[in-house]
Amino acid sequence: MKRATQPTETSQIGRSVPRLESWLKVTGRAEYVHNLRLPGMLYGKIFRSTVAHGRLKRIDTSAARAMPGVHSVVTGAEVKTVVPDPYYGPAFHDQPVLALDKVRYVGEPVAVVLASDPHVAEEAVHLISAEYEELPAVYDEVEAVSSKAIVHDALKPAGTFPDLKHLKGVKNTNVALDFRLRRGDAAKAMARAERVFEHRFRTQQVMHTPLEPMVSVAESTEDSLTIHTASQSPSFVRIEIARLLGWPENRVRVRVPFVGGGFGAKLYIKLEALVAVLTLLVHRPVKVSLSMEEQFFTITKHASTFRIKSGVARDGRLVARECEVWWNGGAYADIGPRVTQKSGFTAPGPYDVQDVAIDSYAMYTNLPPAGALRGFGIPQLVWAYESHTDMIARELGIDPVEFRRKNLLREGRPQATGTVVRDAAIGKVLERASELIDWGKPFDRGSGAVRRGRGIAIGFKACIANTTSLAAVQVNADGSGTVYVSTVDMGQGSDTAMAQIAAEVLRLPAEAITVVHSDTDVTPFDMATLGSRSLFHTGNAVRLAAEDARAQLEALRKELGLPADCPVADIFKKKYGMRAGSVTGVGNFIPPYTPPDADGQTDNATPFWMVGASAVEVEVDTETGRVRVTRLVNVADVGTPINPRVVETQLSGASIMQLGFTLFEKMLFDGEGQLRNASLAEYKIPGLLDVPGELVNQAVTSEQRTGPFGAKGVGETGTFGVSPAIANAVHDAVGVRITELPLSAEAVFRALHAK
Amino acid sequence: MRRAVQFTLNGERVEAQVAPHETLVEVLRDEFGLYGARESCGQGLCGCCTLLVNGTAVSGCLYLATLADGARVETVEAGATLDAVQEAFIERAAFQCGFCTPGFVLMTRQLLAENPDPTEDEIRHYLSGNLCRCAAYPEIIEAVKLAARKLRK
Repeated sequence: MKRATQPTETSQIGRSVPRLESWLKVTGRAEYVHNLRLPGMLYGKIFRSTVAHGRLKRIDTSAARAMPGVHSVVTGAEVKTVVPDPYYGPAFHDQPVLALDKVRYVGEPVAVVLASDPHVAEEAVHLISAEYEELPAVYDEVEAVSSKAIVHDALKPAGTFPDLKHLKGVKNTNVALDFRLRRGDAAKAMARAERVFEHRFRTQQVMHTPLEPMVSVAESTEDSLTIHTASQSPSFVRIEIARLLGWPENRVRVRVPFVGGGFGAKLYIKLEALVAVLTLLVHRPVKVSLSMEEQFFTITKHASTFRIKSGVARDGRLVARECEVWWNGGAYADIGPRVTQKSGFTAPGPYDVQDVAIDSYAMYTNLPPAGALRGFGIPQLVWAYESHTDMIARELGIDPVEFRRKNLLREGRPQATGTVVRDAAIGKVLERASELIDWGKPFDRGSGAVRRGRGIAIGFKACIANTTSLAAVQVNADGSGTVYVSTVDMGQGSDTAMAQIAAEVLRLPAEAITVVHSDTDVTPFDMATLGSRSLFHTGNAVRLAAEDARAQLEALRKELGLPADCPVADIFKKKYGMRAGSVTGVGNFIPPYTPPDADGQTDNATPFWMVGASAVEVEVDTETGRVRVTRLVNVADVGTPINPRVVETQLSGASIMQLGFTLFEKMLFDGEGQLRNASLAEYKIPGLLDVPGELVNQAVTSEQRTGPFGAKGVGETGTFGVSPAIANAVHDAVGVRITELPLSAEAVFRALHAK
Repeated sequence: MRRAVQFTLNGERVEAQVAPHETLVEVLRDEFGLYGARESCGQGLCGCCTLLVNGTAVSGCLYLATLADGARVETVEAGATLDAVQEAFIERAAFQCGFCTPGFVLMTRQLLAENPDPTEDEIRHYLSGNLCRCAAYPEIIEAVKLAARKLRK
């Protein structure tokens, strides 16, 4: 493909540039860690716990070690020879590289077999046996509050987050964060309200199932380590591995090529600490590739319980709201405490409520760990508050859209944290979604066994703060540009978007820009690719870096006495007497933020708000309980789209993923905490036949004034409203209310029969 | 226990020493450096490992390499230039992370060879064995339709 380097007057913003890596992806040549093989490399296969909670008494690895072809077997004891305190995690240092004294869930890594042939390693894993002294286990997030089963003997906050410091050393608790917000006096306002409604909602544990299963490779010298990993957070990996080893950061290099899907699964430390320790033990490159099954034992999405109570005045205005949310974090905290707080403070929804109380609890249980999954907790909350909102409206006999309209949080009004809402097109998004689904217009409601209904839901999200991104933009001697960022393109199109932003500043076509993939030896720090933060944060950093490069070129041009319209290549040629040189601009972006006080109040809770609504039409088969979504409309405020096509596909993809979480995906555990459906044979994800016949995705006209060229993130927005919109439509169709996800045929059938 | 297997790989006669348990995806990766077919679910359910054997799509993660003896094997890497299907996938933005894309490209080629003008319903059913977690499905349907138009011209 020809790549133009000629300047252009055409704006690169709002241009649906095909992804820069298109050729690589349609020809199967894109680089993934999945493909990586290094000379002398060993493959590691993991032996996992078979009990949910127990003291590890003995591991017998002798038969595995004796098997021909086995290089070695590594247990927690060997890990400690490299890392004396081998516990990692972004919020708590609670997760061991391999189990030490205890196991805390079925599937927890206990030992690793290394062999040149992965089949040999896998077979040898089956020769390992372990003995446990079983301990009482707890699986339910609400039971975990009062359970005698205690997952961690003492809490070990990482020290990164101020609101976790008070938990240091605390014993006899499973609460990994108790976030609290108080605005006004919810109890008093509730007592004065005309009507009070209280409901309880639950969501199920699900898994991201990226089709490139988690994979990491590490290689080492006597004083350096290189980790090639399918990770969304290379900068974090470097810092955390350096901390574990007690090494300087510049001795740990983390490289990330393309990633075959992430959705929040590939954040923080997953396999990186393990491969790092293994290569340092055996002095050979080591690769650990998980199977699809093993992914389910690595990271998941929080199951949750949400008790929500609202007071409504005579005129239909919401006057008080109490929210109590329990997040099932599983055995290790991962980023759960941040989900608990950062999403927790939006639990009352995008409504203007004066008096609010929120309690949000991160809970340890004996299940596989839970972290971030496309929405950072928001879909769980919207599921509850938008089902609740619909239930109130219908109970009051008010049209559900009208009820929302009456109570929406408008521009310039304070949200529950006290932060005034700016650049959030909440009203516009709701109106557009209702227009697109023909809200209020008559439609065929079906007859006989098949009944139809419509539903709508709207959610919003704050972007995680306080986070920073850096970028460098290099202009080469011929005028072409190179962007250096540690943002990871896992399919969301960040390479293309960053190229468009740099190109806009440099007045080049986006195709004239290349984006260097994350390599901590080369690309500058970035907090992580998560929470729809990259376009805003890294995008702003790229813009600043490109402006810096442009300013340097401009200064050089003036210094050389060249005319204003002088091509960039001529500036370099005049300066160096030949084609040589480059300029590098740098950008460092960190948006302002005010940490919340003890009541969760702050004047600046978030750098931007994301708003998404979904509206659906469903068919319910009353004989089988099967729900079919026939029309799905997703509307979002994404600010000014940088690449409208990519924006549309992000909304679409997110909504279809959420459709799976709504209708059928669920991790099923038996009474001993053993997962029963850890494979795509038994855990169904959406396929082509699940896609609604009519699917519309739209961004409303809007501008995020603090964003790069008016833009903000979009990766998660399409997930917000899908689940409650469907539940609301099911209720509209057949009059039953489902309060627990998924809305499986069985659940709907049972509800119909209970009616 | 290895034995020699000869087959045609993307038009070229090749030979490999393979063990009885080795799958075609492993052999293509380890012996021939071809990474377009990828094992993901490991159960023949996701389509990421799709390969054409004698013109028919198979799940390469389940297909034993010894069975390829004497066969014609085609991967996404075949061909020096983009074909109509690949062009259509680019033009319709029919992929995100790209991990499942080679499987979709090969299945689409097979679909259009059998049925040059498929309806949307036929496309959905024919490709229903290929999964895309990014859910680029609406764009994939559009890409298949576009590829069909390109090929009919």
